[in-house]
Amino acid sequence: MGRFFLIATPYFWLLALFLVPFFIVFKISLSDPDIAIPPYVPNLNWNEGWPGLSDFLTQLDFENFGFLLTDDLYWKAYLSSLRIAVLSTFLTLLVGFPIAYGMARAEPRWRPTLLLLIILPFWTSFLIRVYAWIGILSTEGYLNQVLQFTRIIESPLTVLNTPTAVYIGIIYTYLPFMVLPIYASLERMDLSLLEAAEDLGCSRISAFWLITVPLARAGIIAGCFLVFIPVLGEIVIPSLLGGSDTLMIGKVLWEEFFNNRDWPLASAVAVVLLIVLIIPIILFQRNELKQREAEGS
Amino acid sequence: MNFQVFSLTVCVAMAASIVSAQEVRVYNWSDYIDEELLTKFEQETGLDLIYDVFDSNELLETKLLAGQSGYDVVVPTGTFLQRQIQAGAFQKLDYSKLPNSTNLWDVVAERTAQYDPGNQYSINYMWGTTGIGVNVTKVTELLGGNASIGSLSLVFDPSNMEKLATCGVHMVDAPTEMIPAALQYLGEDPNSHDPEVIAKAEAVFAAVRPYIQKFHSAEYINSLANGEICVAFGFSGDILQARDRAAEAGNDFEIAYNPPSEGALMWFDQMAIPADAPNPEGAHQFLNFVMDPENIAQASNYVYYANGNLASQEFLIEDVISDTAIYPDATTLDNLYTTTPYPTRTQRVVTRLWTKIKSGT
Repeated sequence: MGRFFLIATPYFWLLALFLVPFFIVFKISLSDPDIAIPPYVPNLNWNEGWPGLSDFLTQLDFENFGFLLTDDLYWKAYLSSLRIAVLSTFLTLLVGFPIAYGMARAEPRWRPTLLLLIILPFWTSFLIRVYAWIGILSTEGYLNQVLQFTRIIESPLTVLNTPTAVYIGIIYTYLPFMVLPIYASLERMDLSLLEAAEDLGCSRISAFWLITVPLARAGIIAGCFLVFIPVLGEIVIPSLLGGSDTLMIGKVLWEEFFNNRDWPLASAVAVVLLIVLIIPIILFQRNELKQREAEGS
Repeated sequence: MNFQVFSLTVCVAMAASIVSAQEVRVYNWSDYIDEELLTKFEQETGLDLIYDVFDSNELLETKLLAGQSGYDVVVPTGTFLQRQIQAGAFQKLDYSKLPNSTNLWDVVAERTAQYDPGNQYSINYMWGTTGIGVNVTKVTELLGGNASIGSLSLVFDPSNMEKLATCGVHMVDAPTEMIPAALQYLGEDPNSHDPEVIAKAEAVFAAVRPYIQKFHSAEYINSLANGEICVAFGFSGDILQARDRAAEAGNDFEIAYNPPSEGALMWFDQMAIPADAPNPEGAHQFLNFVMDPENIAQASNYVYYANGNLASQEFLIEDVISDTAIYPDATTLDNLYTTTPYPTRTQRVVTRLWTKIKSGT
């Protein structure tokens, strides 16, 4: 009995925190907008019993999903978000890997301190840290002041309100999510493997690509997912640091929800976003599983 | 759960509900009151005032339409208020609990009645115009002394904007403010609900879009004040606040606000009580407090917006009451127009057009 509950707990969690909310959103995506509280129809009326339920079900339709196809705004926003998410995941990996590598190779007594330094920014509110970047990147900001003071540039650079600022903000914010899993996998690595490789005539660079990177693979994949998934739906960083022309699906969703008061269409956008995210992840996992089985046999 | 724990929980829950009966929760725009007034209200009434702020009508509306917002007083703009009344979001005011309502100004009340017939659900808090904020020093430097800084052509004529782009132009991120302005510039009816007429605004913005740095609801206050941008199309009081912040900081430039000479949009922010307000009694007390001439004058003196309270005018400082950018003279007043909310279908067209204007998609 105890065993049953132990196994059931994560499933219950998944049901309560993922599936139930998803079905609520999905249900709204099949409704029609209305000027009322809440701003959509139909609403299920439990008092009417079965006739109420069947009446409710017949009013639902997939019209909103059809509408997403009629306007190029939506797929352009999905694509633009995907591009930003892919590029910033790659850049975060580029910055994060050397940091994780350095930490894992540092003397053991320094590691807890280095780890603390990575986690430390979380003690300040995310919003305040993004706002701080406004102060750094604006035309009158610290970056331009330093560059002008040192005579590197003559006139101030425009960084704030451009896509560059969005990438800077994303890399800065999501860096710990990339560094920590990679560090965890690199720290466990057996260094004698590298010595063995060198003894057998492998150069340091090839040893890095042939041994270190494959062993860190699990960490790299976990880090990439932890960055890619939230960045795809990011709304705060592009709206604070980006210009008005940074098109992201999170912003489109916001506009449907807040400006158009069209909760059903906003829900449809969210459902499609979820599908866009989940299908590649499922395919990827299936591929991983197959590979593992192939290696095992 | 044993009985003791249960009864304890009930006691705590009851205590919590008693506390909330003494609380008034107000949801107002950011930077929109003299905070001394909040303490004064608490001292006068003995109620706990919880004062939260928002920065867009859309955010407020979504909370109201989701229901159970938990607020007792909210401050939507007239056009939004009208639709929210229709959705059943508010309760009717009990004017017997609002003795200070005799201080209200009929000039404003007549106009707000088009959103809230008979002013049954709301009272006016502040009103103002949407227009052009200019860093006069920098703009004269770029365009010469004869530049018409009070005309819509300053921001909609590409030849002007091309030069202004170097020092930065912001526009308020509110299609319901900006699209009427563009239509006015074209000589169309700014309050048009005809999608074909509204579509004409696109070309106006497309011509100047490359020179607009950002569309944002509030950022221009600071950016204008510290000289990061030199032109902002936004709300009157916000730009006047920027003017004052610049002066306080001792910046060596001058900021001015002008309602567009072609005609300016006039808007009204209305205080109303949500239908499901936890403490409607306290909400009425707050509304009555705000309608006290000295209190609302203190707020206007602080935020540089005109209010809808006639009796308050003797308490206004010279800077506010004599500034025609805040209290327009009779001729300017005739030149102001109001808008009405778009129907749902048209609203979608407007939002879509706005996204296209902002992001080029």
